[in-house]
Amino acid sequence: MSQSSFIEATLRSFARAFAKALVSERAGSQTGLLQWFDPRVRVIGVSVLVVSGIVCQRLAVVAAVFGLAIAIASGSRLSLSTLATRVWLVVLGFTGVIAVPAIFLTPGRPLLTVPGVFSISEPGLKTATLLVLRSETAATLTATLVLCTPWMHVLKALRSLRLPAEIVTMLAMTHRYIFLLIETANQMFESRQSRAVGTLTGPEKRRMTARTAGVLLSKSVELSHEVYLAMLSRGFDGEVRLLCDFRLKAHDYIGLFGFLSAGAFTVWVGR
Amino acid sequence: MHIPDGYLSPSTCATLYAFSMSGWYLALRRVKRALATRTIPLISVFAAFSFVIMMFNIPLPGGTTGHALGVTIAAIVLGPWGSILAVSVALAIQALFFGDGGITTLGANCFNMAIVGSLVAYGVYRALSSRSEVTARRRVVAAGVAGYISINIAAFLTALEFGIQPMLFHDTGGTPLYAPYPLHVAIPAMMIGHLTFAGLAEALIAAGMVSYLQRADVGLLRGAQDFLSTSTPLVSADVRSSSPTQLWWIVGCLMVCTPAGILAAGAAWGEWSSADMANPHTRAYIEAVSGNHKVTQSVPAGLQKWSTVWTAPFPAYAPRFIKSPAFGYLLSAIFGVGLLVLAAALAARITRRAREPESQS
Repeated sequence: MSQSSFIEATLRSFARAFAKALVSERAGSQTGLLQWFDPRVRVIGVSVLVVSGIVCQRLAVVAAVFGLAIAIASGSRLSLSTLATRVWLVVLGFTGVIAVPAIFLTPGRPLLTVPGVFSISEPGLKTATLLVLRSETAATLTATLVLCTPWMHVLKALRSLRLPAEIVTMLAMTHRYIFLLIETANQMFESRQSRAVGTLTGPEKRRMTARTAGVLLSKSVELSHEVYLAMLSRGFDGEVRLLCDFRLKAHDYIGLFGFLSAGAFTVWVGR
Repeated sequence: MHIPDGYLSPSTCATLYAFSMSGWYLALRRVKRALATRTIPLISVFAAFSFVIMMFNIPLPGGTTGHALGVTIAAIVLGPWGSILAVSVALAIQALFFGDGGITTLGANCFNMAIVGSLVAYGVYRALSSRSEVTARRRVVAAGVAGYISINIAAFLTALEFGIQPMLFHDTGGTPLYAPYPLHVAIPAMMIGHLTFAGLAEALIAAGMVSYLQRADVGLLRGAQDFLSTSTPLVSADVRSSSPTQLWWIVGCLMVCTPAGILAAGAAWGEWSSADMANPHTRAYIEAVSGNHKVTQSVPAGLQKWSTVWTAPFPAYAPRFIKSPAFGYLLSAIFGVGLLVLAAALAARITRRAREPESQS
């Protein structure tokens, strides 16, 4: 491995995180099917569909939920190419590694046998397809929710659904500071790379990574002190209060009824 | 190790969410008490730090790279309770915002990596570093070993969760409904990668960071001793005295609800008695719920021999002298809770006596 490749790989990870956040900000501000509903309805509705897809045991019904997830994403103005690159290929890559061997390893009635080479069993094919479809369905629905809802609205919806205020605040602040720390780490790696002359040995590379992480830790702790002082100066007394000005309208109730009915129907048909 | 949606059954997810919620509740209470108003900014920034550390590509011996979790350094600096919260928040953001790990499996992921990972990392680090100086080389080795062990235990738990799925959740034809591999496949498949690359990456980053902090910012390594010392008991005095009545009400309600257990039909999988194995009807049921594996007609000799070694006073939560099953359940619950309270009181007394000479000296 060349000296720069591990630095470049880390820099690419940071860039991917920024790119994802940018896509999310753009999609969240558009108008579409999911954006039409109150954020609380979106969170409940998507959660119900995710859980019903996982409870469901019939392949055809899981496939139908996947179809519904794609329809919701399209109706919410999400491009299928974004979903394909951000969700489907990533999930397929991870799940495929686990699912594909199951086609050959699961015992059961053989569907296709090449003597002495491999045998595809019916239960194996069903298990693998079910695993991939379920993961793709849940990931598509979650990505649609997050891409079509500003992060702060997701958090406010979670708070109005009784998630403790401390946890909601931590999620909000963490999300905010992740990008600051990524930017800091990015600059540290870039400045190190720009000063690199010659090649580093393996132990030197590891020491450099540990030192960078150590400096980042010291900076994080300093940052937390500064954030704390800033909070104190604004009157923070340890109690978290969040504004929640969401109002449910008639179409939100209809949407909620629709999501709950779809979830219940899926569970009933897919038993 | 981030389990996506669809790999674990809804009941496994619900169970692990329940475990994680208990961990989060305990951690939040302890950290809030220790840090007061500083909890939120410190944990939030640390969660962001854990998230960024997970994105680092760590060069490993042999020319490859690996990713660390950062749970070990979080446990060393923040202590186990702070680490549980920080890593859980980082995992929640990964799942919700970046699609790394599922929503339904978030409880399982937090249980494996944030809760068990933090507790094991901190326990191993404390045990190995013992009372050595905060700048001692021994602490660098302790951090590395703690990182390696904690990641591998978290991976082992993940493999167990995968491995029990085909045993417990399959359709009538025996087709697995969730993760398809049994334990003998899931455990080696998961552990090979973690015993080599992932464990090594976590060990290297933890040891390397402790070594760096010993020279550059030693105060951070003392932090855990300052605000989250594990020398205090897991449930400290003020927690115990804060809401005992509420706790007793909860225990009482749970005891009253115990007769609901008799609504469940059949025995739990794997808990069959020798009488069940001898009964042809029960044997047919056992075969049906065990992937149609044939059960021998005679009771296995080992089961027959060992099942009579100990006879419980309240077999199947039904004391022989009680005719009503519901009342038998309730009585068993009262008896069990009473025994636990006695055992806890005895343990507390022994611990207090052991501490008294230390505090006097």
